Amino acid sequence: RALCPLVPAAPAALRALPPPVAVGVLHTTRQLHTTQQSLAPVPPLPEKGGEVRHGLIPEEFFQFLYPKTGVTGPYMLGTGLLLYLLSKEIYVVNHETAAAACILTVIIYGIKKFGPDVAAFADKLNEEKVASVQAVKDEAMQALQTAIEAEKKEQWRAEGRSYLFDAKRNNIAMLLEANYRERLLMVYNEVKKRLDYQVAMQNLRRQKEQDHMIQWVEKNVVQSITPQQQKESIAKCILDLKALSKSAHATL
Amino acid sequence: PPAVLLKDMKLMDVKLGQLGSWLAMRDFTPGGILGAVRRGYERYYNKYINVRKGGLGGISMVLAGYVVLSYAWSYSHIKHDRRRKYH
Repeated sequence: RALCPLVPAAPAALRALPPPVAVGVLHTTRQLHTTQQSLAPVPPLPEKGGEVRHGLIPEEFFQFLYPKTGVTGPYMLGTGLLLYLLSKEIYVVNHETAAAACILTVIIYGIKKFGPDVAAFADKLNEEKVASVQAVKDEAMQALQTAIEAEKKEQWRAEGRSYLFDAKRNNIAMLLEANYRERLLMVYNEVKKRLDYQVAMQNLRRQKEQDHMIQWVEKNVVQSITPQQQKESIAKCILDLKALSKSAHATL
Repeated sequence: PPAVLLKDMKLMDVKLGQLGSWLAMRDFTPGGILGAVRRGYERYYNKYINVRKGGLGGISMVLAGYVVLSYAWSYSHIKHDRRRKYH
């Protein structure tokens, strides 16, 4: 309080009040949309309008007078009223009356002759309007229906996720296995290479020892052959050859 | 029958004797008059014009009303065409 001098200190009476209930309380008690009223669906238009007799007087008037005066009551009233207006000259017969009579005749003749056609034409226009809007509505419904089906299909597809995960797990297991075997093979190859090296070394050593020994033995033997022995061995060879040629001649 | 306040009753349900007091209770402010005109228009429109197969009566009643009203407004002018002076 001392740091913000602009905030006026609340009077002690206000501070003594309990804090407002709204603090920390959810407004769950307020209900929305309690009435059934809603703007859609709009009720359809009535088929026909209110009944009008002779194009001028609503039917309700005739029904209103029917209990007291029967069917001819309103007509009697109309006739009486007309005569009263004429006799008291509240309605004045002048040139406008003649004009009105001619105009009304033409109008009524036109209505009687062309009325149904015009009505049919207007109905057709209305039908087209309604049909186009209905088509839009049907298309929207269709699109929503297909969307619903697609959604259901997606939900069904989502059910197969266990298979998907199993396949993925299998894949990973296979990868691990392949990796493990690859490394195993590598280890085996490396070890074999080293062992082969050792074996080759041993073989080489033996080979070399063997060759060296043979060479040494040969050298010594050749050295030890004295000329005397050479002559004796050559003579023996010649004798052997002669004997062999004799036996070969004998077999021929 | 449930009791309805006089000012909420429809005109057809008002008895003749109560007519004066009923009229006095109506809302004659400009907003009230406008509301009454709008309500009347809506009633007429929804009954005779805003239908699937509207007939001739819808507009012909309006035109007839216009004819009668214009005759009434020009009566002081037409009075001079009367054939007799005393009726």
